[in-house]
Amino acid sequence: MELRPILSTLRRHKVTACLLILEIALTCAIVCNAVFLIGQRLQRMDMPSGIAEHELVQIQLGHIGKSPDAKAQTETDLAALRQIAGVRQVGVVEELPFSYGGSSNSGLMLDPHQQQPTVNVSQYMGQNILPTLGVRLVAGRDFGPGEYVDLDTAMAALKTGDTKGLPQTMIVTRALAERMWPGKDPLGQTAYVGKDIALRVIGVVASLARPNMLRMGPQYSVMWPIHMTLADGASYVLRTAPQDREAVIKAAVAKLKQLDPNRVVVTKRTYDEARREFFASDRAMAGILVGVIVALLTVTALGIVGLASFWVGQRRRTIGVRRALGATRGDILRYFQTENFLLATFGIVLGMALAYGINLFLMTHYELPRLPGIYFPVGALALWAIGQLAVLGPALRAAAVPPVVATRSV
Amino acid sequence: MFGYYFDLALRSLARNKVLTALMVLAIALGIGASMTTLTVLHVLSGDPLPGRSGTLYYPQIDPQDSRGYLPGKSKPMDQVTWIDGMNLLQAKRADRQALMTGGDVAVQPGNSTLDPFYEDARYTTADFFTMFGVPFQYGHAWGAAEDEAHERVAVISSRLNDKLFGGGDSTGKALRLDGTDFRIVGVTGDWSPNPNFYDLNRKSYDENEGVFVPLSTSQDVGMVHDGSVDCWGNGGGGNTPDHNAPCVWLQFWVQLDSPAKAAAYKTFLVHYSEQQKALGRFQRPPNVELRNVMQWLDYNQVVPDDVRLQTWLALGFLLVCLVNTVGLMLAKFLRRASELGVRRALGASKKALFAQLLVESGVVGLVGGMGGLLLAFIGLWLVRRQPASYAALAHLDPAMLFTTFLLALGASLLAGLLPAWRACQVAPALQLKSN
Repeated sequence: MELRPILSTLRRHKVTACLLILEIALTCAIVCNAVFLIGQRLQRMDMPSGIAEHELVQIQLGHIGKSPDAKAQTETDLAALRQIAGVRQVGVVEELPFSYGGSSNSGLMLDPHQQQPTVNVSQYMGQNILPTLGVRLVAGRDFGPGEYVDLDTAMAALKTGDTKGLPQTMIVTRALAERMWPGKDPLGQTAYVGKDIALRVIGVVASLARPNMLRMGPQYSVMWPIHMTLADGASYVLRTAPQDREAVIKAAVAKLKQLDPNRVVVTKRTYDEARREFFASDRAMAGILVGVIVALLTVTALGIVGLASFWVGQRRRTIGVRRALGATRGDILRYFQTENFLLATFGIVLGMALAYGINLFLMTHYELPRLPGIYFPVGALALWAIGQLAVLGPALRAAAVPPVVATRSV
Repeated sequence: MFGYYFDLALRSLARNKVLTALMVLAIALGIGASMTTLTVLHVLSGDPLPGRSGTLYYPQIDPQDSRGYLPGKSKPMDQVTWIDGMNLLQAKRADRQALMTGGDVAVQPGNSTLDPFYEDARYTTADFFTMFGVPFQYGHAWGAAEDEAHERVAVISSRLNDKLFGGGDSTGKALRLDGTDFRIVGVTGDWSPNPNFYDLNRKSYDENEGVFVPLSTSQDVGMVHDGSVDCWGNGGGGNTPDHNAPCVWLQFWVQLDSPAKAAAYKTFLVHYSEQQKALGRFQRPPNVELRNVMQWLDYNQVVPDDVRLQTWLALGFLLVCLVNTVGLMLAKFLRRASELGVRRALGASKKALFAQLLVESGVVGLVGGMGGLLLAFIGLWLVRRQPASYAALAHLDPAMLFTTFLLALGASLLAGLLPAWRACQVAPALQLKSN
């Protein structure tokens, strides 16, 4: 196809052509970045938690007034919960992966005299966590009963500086072990929290995500052998078969209320609900971005249809003359398709530069990585495809102009 | 003349219905999307206490140990310890001052048809109400004397009053909180500052407490703290820290009526830090900040990142829609070159043609703007159905309504300017000659 006539025609419609190129460039740039952002959100929503998500339910109770003996009550509650039909494991956990609310975090150090901590981790405290949450142990062992200390004891020990009342061991995730002791066997290694707490690694789990503050490293979490009670803000977590979850929640709440009616249910939910809530804003944002992409491509496509229709209408006579001089319908069709392809290409080239610029802007204002090269062809292909689809209608109409038009005056 | 142009515009637009609809729709979509996101941004970054926020300050000091201190880089803490809070409160160096923190209390309604439930609470000293200008529907706030005497008094919100007492005057009545009887002294009127500036550790939007009790009393009764606790050294964490623990968990607000007083207060904070360092309580050199409400909100980046991103997206979309409309309008005007040429030849000035074309583009813009307004209402309705904490606040206020209209009109005139100017440049003779 000879490009020169097309270019010279476009030169006669410089402003209009430039506007179309600009529109395509802007759309291309925004679409590239939006697709990238959607990818980021989906990746976030897809993060592994490391726990048996579909088998867990969480129940949190608050006591009205001071609870009498939180420790004894927790033991009674746990014994009763274990009796409920369908319950496989019961644990007390302060928080769960990917959930809002508090989280306890601390700075882990390789050397107690370090000024800045090596890595910030979230700690999971409570009893029977490993089997209840279904976290997979890949090396070492779970805590033994003798290793647990009560939270109150640990707090008091911390205040007096008596290290005996503090936990001595911990379980870490594989990702954390690789960060702290790359290339070494993490079992038996010691890390420090503050200058007083020395914790020896006795087990490594495949994966356990932290509750929130994910940008500090989603897999940097540890477990400490500390007994918690509901009075410390912890929840009961029950593991059961996925289809029994609703029934177990109902039975457990009834049982707990019967044991002590002076309590209020603060939370009762399946873990799936908790996770869905945590990522709800990401899901909403991904939806909005999809909407923006669709709207942008539609508007651009309609703009191309509109402009192409105009040009076809304007050039009816020229088309007639060309047809009369021997151009086939295919020639006319290809002319308009090539013209659109050229415009789209100019737009895409400009759009790539713009996309890069927008990404730089987003990188400085939001915590986003650099736009990977793979997203550029995505935008380009989308725009080329949309352009060709949009121009097809007007181009076919142009091809249908009969040669006889050339002989008529308008 | 305007009437005639208007008539011409309508005729011209009606001649090409699909195209006109396309241009109107593009403008409407762009404006609708931008207005929706701008309204959300406007609502979220608004002043929570107009007229008062300029004189309310949030003092920050740095009581942490020297571990991890980076001179010039380490920021003072976002809350205060019990000891510092009490010291600053009792120093009474500001016009008004209040020490407070958040919590949850179990409310046991006397009315047996209601089950006990948890309610968000604020444990605070008395100046909270006068300093923040809390209106009262019934009764009044408690005073410094009640704070001193650790009295069991409570102020409740009108929402809770409706729930417990059917909206009647409940002052003087008893309210059972966490198993202890409190006497209601006041019911607040309609008061819900957004964002919830005085304690950003809780949900920032659309969540205000139902129960207010004196800070001193809350500690006696052992009410549970809810919010952020930040400890250092051998601070033990836990939800309700010990009063001597090296943990920050309280908010301290002051009212300073003039910039001179604010400057003096900042100096006082430096002196206080020096004095505490001399006493051995503080280890770091004085590291203080004194921000007013808007500066504090800005420092904490309260407006969610997603909302900002959505605004940028919508503005980008509006730009594409505008470019699209300019292109279509230009093509349309240029196609009528011969008609315009005839008018020019018959004596119409360039200015007259320009006015005529501008009226036509103005009509498109106006209709598009109205469509955009409609779409913004739908958009805001969709936002309110989103799972975000701020969702319920997304409403169009008169200021934003007016802005929408200006934006629509401005955008469409802008979109019409270039095509109209370009189309006026036709040489009449050339147009008459061809065809």
